[in-house]
Amino acid sequence: MAEPLSAARPGVRGALAAYRALLRAQARSQTAYRTSFVVDLVGNVGATVFDVVTVLVIFGVTRELGGFTLRETLVIVGLSSSAFAVADLLVGNIERLPRYVRTGLFDAVLVRPLGALPQLLLMDLPLRKVSRALFGLAVLVFAVGTAGIDWTPARLALVVAAPLAAVVFFGSVFVATATVSFYWIDSGELASSVTYGGRDFTSYPVTVYGGWFRAIFAYGMGFAFVSYHPALALLGRADPLGLPAWAGWAAPGVALVAAAGAAAAWRAGIRHYRSTGS
Amino acid sequence: MSVIEMAGLRKEFTVRVKAGRLRRTKRTVTAVDGIDLRVQRGEMLGYIGPNGAGKSTTLKMLTGVLTPSAGEVRVCGLRPVPDRTRLALRIGVVFGQRSQLWWDLPLRDSFDLLRHVYRVPAAEHAARLRRCRDLLDLDGFLDVPVRQLSLGQRMRGELTAALLHGPEVLFLDEPTIGLDVVSRQAVRDFLAELGRAGDTTLVLTTHDLADIERLCHRLVVIDHGRVVHDGTIAELHRRYGSRRLVVAELDAALAEAPAPPGAPLVGVEADGRRLVYALESAGVAEVVSALAGLAALRDISIEEPRIEDVVTRLYRAPVPEARAGG
Repeated sequence: MAEPLSAARPGVRGALAAYRALLRAQARSQTAYRTSFVVDLVGNVGATVFDVVTVLVIFGVTRELGGFTLRETLVIVGLSSSAFAVADLLVGNIERLPRYVRTGLFDAVLVRPLGALPQLLLMDLPLRKVSRALFGLAVLVFAVGTAGIDWTPARLALVVAAPLAAVVFFGSVFVATATVSFYWIDSGELASSVTYGGRDFTSYPVTVYGGWFRAIFAYGMGFAFVSYHPALALLGRADPLGLPAWAGWAAPGVALVAAAGAAAAWRAGIRHYRSTGS
Repeated sequence: MSVIEMAGLRKEFTVRVKAGRLRRTKRTVTAVDGIDLRVQRGEMLGYIGPNGAGKSTTLKMLTGVLTPSAGEVRVCGLRPVPDRTRLALRIGVVFGQRSQLWWDLPLRDSFDLLRHVYRVPAAEHAARLRRCRDLLDLDGFLDVPVRQLSLGQRMRGELTAALLHGPEVLFLDEPTIGLDVVSRQAVRDFLAELGRAGDTTLVLTTHDLADIERLCHRLVVIDHGRVVHDGTIAELHRRYGSRRLVVAELDAALAEAPAPPGAPLVGVEADGRRLVYALESAGVAEVVSALAGLAALRDISIEEPRIEDVVTRLYRAPVPEARAGG
């Protein structure tokens, strides 16, 4: 049955068509049970609502948080939770990698003529998380709309670029932490502490955190560029910690560095992959 | 032309072993220990060995799943790991204990998805699917979700899935494991038919030696990650001195068993009522005529050498150290 493959569709377009087909199949099997899908959609808004409510409760007892008002803090929350929700929708399921490795699904993925990472993401895309991403975006739109931002063309560009950069950044964190499971199968908790810890960290101005903790999370790992610095740039505020104003516009660059790091970690992880059983 | 080339292929795993309450020591285990092998286009190769011999590890290195620790490997002229996606278009893989199918979708939908994944033109896809449907009798369960299929049905689905893009090489890792007799036969017949066409190279690992006898002219036996035999099945018998047996069934035990020259008595069973002679230099006729005069003779049968016996003897070679991988 080995006819020549010359008639097969070549290159990138063929691969894109293949990814689209995988996505359609995924959508079909997830929406097969309509009621439970709708329940999931509603239930998934919960986590993000909770992020916002937490901030509101804090401002019930204080008028300022780390030198920021409620409206200013909401911009930070909006950037963080919208980006996290979108990244979680697109890439978050990579945290199931240990299970893919254990069950051998990863072997099956590797013998197909497509990238391993996009296949895994598409084969398990959690469409029920769409609601959470939409809610996060609504929070962001509300926050930047009511924060009294002095809109300039540059800030308009930033309000689009910063959340996208933050999605890339969170996505990179998801991928990089998941690759740990190539080396150490039971690494789920560690991965979650970085990803979900990162989300919580970026929901508040970094000024509320102290010393070495802030140094590591905010600047060592780059989480300050997810929401804090872009929010400062949008609001036209100087950084109380003294970083120059351009730090807010550095977010896309930081995200690209994170993405490159995650890609390198992923490739190294695949080379180290040991498979399981026979 | 060689479709598969391996030279000095090795795979080592590092395992951490508990040594004391907190301390762990690293230990390197060698699953594949320097394999040199060439497989020609259209060959059907049986790749056998005991559990942990390195069969699956070799297959995973040939298909780009595992990165070799050392050595060279080429499949269809490509390096499996760096050229993984290009190679995937030209090979088919059936891992008996892994599925290539979508669990929640009907078999038919999995096939349709694979058409997109492998970018196969619709007409080619339809032609190959029609052939598999006929040969593997898929029509009864094409619309059943994969998770509801029996193992035999699923395996027939897996075989189809691996062939829909017309691979040049088909890798099968224990394709008949756990199958009932009928499904096993269906799979064997199908693979034999595929082999007859002559343009698909087939590499098969199995624990079922009947698969090998039925399908493969060339047999590679590996143990402890090394090739211990590479040749035809007849060569294996010759090399390890497996002999045909003449079995005489008697009504009563004899005081003294006949001793035809060139055919030593190798077994006395059933309280002396069954005598087993091994054919060394003697022919069947000589042994039979020596036995024919016995009053108590009830029946004579001739047993062909069994590959199981040969391979069992091979496997009993001493084990230098524990091995990992499968």
